Amino acid sequence: MEYVIEMLNIRKEFGTFVANDNITLQLQKGEIHALLGENGAGKSTLMNVLFGLYQPEGGEIRVRGKKVDIANPNIANELGIGMVHQHFMLVENFSVTENIILGSEPTKYGVTNKKDAAKKVQALSEKYALNVDPYAIIEDISVGMQQRVEILKTLYRGAEILIFDEPTASLTPQEITELIQIMKRLIAEGKSIILITHKLKEIMDVSDRVTVIRKGQGIGTVVTAETNPNDLASLMVGRQVEFTTVKGPAFPGEEILDIKDLVVQDYRGVEKVKSLNLNVRKGEIVGIAGIDGNGQSELIEAITGLRKVKSGTILINGKDVTNMKPRKVTESGVGHIPQDRHKHGLILDFPIGHNISLQTYYTKPISKSGIIDYSKINEKALQVIKDFDVRTQGPSELARSLSGGNQQKAIIGREVDRDPDLLIAALPTRGLDVGAIEFIHSRLIEQRDNGKAVLLISFELDEVMNVSDRIAVIHDGEIVDIVTPENTSEQQLGLLMAGHTSHAESQDLTKKGEDQHVE
Amino acid sequence: MSNKATNLLVPIISVILGLLVGAVIMLVSGYNPLEGYAALWNGIFGDMYTIGETIRQITPYLLAGLAVAFAFRSGLFNIGVEGQLIVGWFAAAYVGVAVELPKVIHLPLAIIAAAVAGALWGFVPGLLKAKFHVHEVIVTIMMNYIALHVTNALIRTVSEGGDRTENIFASASLRSEFLENLTEFSRLHYGIILALIMVGVMWFILEKTTLGFELKAVGFNQNASQYAGMNVNKNIILAMVISGAFAGMAGAMEALGTFEYVSSKGGFTGIGFDGIAVALLGMNTPLGVIFGATLFGSLKYGALNMPNAAGIPIEIVEIVIAVIIFFVASGYIIRLLLLRASAKKKEAK
Repeated sequence: MEYVIEMLNIRKEFGTFVANDNITLQLQKGEIHALLGENGAGKSTLMNVLFGLYQPEGGEIRVRGKKVDIANPNIANELGIGMVHQHFMLVENFSVTENIILGSEPTKYGVTNKKDAAKKVQALSEKYALNVDPYAIIEDISVGMQQRVEILKTLYRGAEILIFDEPTASLTPQEITELIQIMKRLIAEGKSIILITHKLKEIMDVSDRVTVIRKGQGIGTVVTAETNPNDLASLMVGRQVEFTTVKGPAFPGEEILDIKDLVVQDYRGVEKVKSLNLNVRKGEIVGIAGIDGNGQSELIEAITGLRKVKSGTILINGKDVTNMKPRKVTESGVGHIPQDRHKHGLILDFPIGHNISLQTYYTKPISKSGIIDYSKINEKALQVIKDFDVRTQGPSELARSLSGGNQQKAIIGREVDRDPDLLIAALPTRGLDVGAIEFIHSRLIEQRDNGKAVLLISFELDEVMNVSDRIAVIHDGEIVDIVTPENTSEQQLGLLMAGHTSHAESQDLTKKGEDQHVE
Repeated sequence: MSNKATNLLVPIISVILGLLVGAVIMLVSGYNPLEGYAALWNGIFGDMYTIGETIRQITPYLLAGLAVAFAFRSGLFNIGVEGQLIVGWFAAAYVGVAVELPKVIHLPLAIIAAAVAGALWGFVPGLLKAKFHVHEVIVTIMMNYIALHVTNALIRTVSEGGDRTENIFASASLRSEFLENLTEFSRLHYGIILALIMVGVMWFILEKTTLGFELKAVGFNQNASQYAGMNVNKNIILAMVISGAFAGMAGAMEALGTFEYVSSKGGFTGIGFDGIAVALLGMNTPLGVIFGATLFGSLKYGALNMPNAAGIPIEIVEIVIAVIIFFVASGYIIRLLLLRASAKKKEAK
């Protein structure tokens, strides 16, 4: 078999830290090769070596059998290696074509020639069925579409080998399905793909072979058809992993959170939450399923006091907290794991120990009459770090230098440690690997079993299905239905999330059914 | 190379490089750099008198540096230290000449007046920033001009048409016979003690209080601070008020210590703007500000001796001083060069 890329015994050190140790990855022509590993296992480092951003300390790279020295990304480009980054590198107010030609603008008499470029983009888009409008402005198109622009960018530059870095992290289920089709089409056209991911389901769906790395070590390469998610997970983590979250039945008690006719506007004055009703009781986990942008963020911000409520009421433990300041809401017994841990959850330039006391720094015993006892902050940090298995050098390490999973564990530790009556968890496992996800899910369920109310917001259907006791489906700012995981399926949830009501289907199938087809 | 060695080497190499380039400038201008630097040295450490005067010069730099650094730590760029210093200077001098009180009341009152005036001058941009998101850089720059001309007008009113006030009453003065005797009758005054106490105050606020915790949090990440229930607007205003109070006290040093009056000014004193460099040289930490202010104050004062003792024109002197400070501030570049050099050595092995 012919290999288009061979990375043999790659070793990459940062000071005394070995990020890649003896890793071998061989990419065959026309295959989708998954690179699997936990967060911090060294996947990105390996790919940055291939892309010329880092120089390896050992090993060699061969492209089409020839030994190469990739000193910078330009050389990688010339060799036909293209990278679709996880965080898109696009200029928001430029058009698709402008973004694609950025850095290698074709010129005619010294003037940028966008017309020819746009034609070329159009042709490529048609060839791979990407359906991208070359003249659309980036900020006007969906996240899935922006990703296709990133793909087009690599194709435009003649990439034969495409590296996808966690491509599904910010996509909706529908967009993921479409992306998989695109990847298969790319393969059919003779391209080769390296897929970086820690999502086992995707690997099983799309890849031909899998190379697993763990803690910087190459564990080996397996053929996807000859393995299964369980084996892959244990290869990746180095131990057995539970997949279906183990949980007993819920014993819900009285209402903790009660939302009535809630209306919330976004900063432009557009109503994002429209007369929403929802309650969460003691001892249950209510999951909110929905596609990103249907009012979830505004709902959470309204509950936690970060955004003004236009009308309606929010009761916590029977107490009206509508439009209260965030601190008052927190003190009413609310814990909040925010959806963006870098923007809201952590002060990245503070030590992790300070971050663990971010909600309690002003209270006894840490503070007395305005003076902070930092030894108490330290004590609390050590306890939370231990209880929640936060892997860090210690409380004084900057939050910025922790891995995503450990940052998230610290946030969850901080919020759960205060023992709130209501825990709001927004996308608590976004971007985390199976080990961390398992840990976080079990903590949420533990809170429930301790008689607390948990409100879970997630874009991942299997997370909502696995963890929730009740599922409230949100669409266009309204709860369109409340179902239980036992009596629903991912397909049905998907339909509800897209705005089809299950009642309509069951009650008046013939009449409404026609309407839906028209849509 | 170990981290510690690098940390020590960087400032030393910076100063040496600065001196070398400064020497080249003097050479090509036709002056003797050795004489020039000897004059600079003598201007700083020559005798007890110059040492006293150098420390006196450092005093307002300390407070101006603290003012800038404090705002920086809260994520704000206070370019208005100059204006806050000017209103502080006026307020202290006014209290000093307007009434005569027992020293234990009069001196603190004059200092507090300066701090309050500076705080007020910081409050306005703080409020505008918090409530209307007006950028503090614009407002503070404009407040500098307002300060300059309003105090000039007030001085004319107070002095009935003159361009300086009377000397302040002795009861409001920071002058110290003890320090003067110690330093061969320099103008060194008790202000240095106040300035050093304020270094401690800034450290205490930032490192020990909940207020400092909040100010730093807001400085790093306003979204997360709001999430954690902090009042971001309150903290922005407070940061500007405290910063302004430090700046106002820098003005009090001039009003109550060095000059003992206030005169109308044709332009800015420059101390407030130099405070920005002092704070940045000191990495916005209280201890760092001591280092920055010492460097600035010493060079500024010592340089005055260069035209007299070495016959170098003041313009060349200013260039040389600027070059030295420039190299100290470019420590980052030197650190980078050191790292690259040590990396090369490793490769060669």
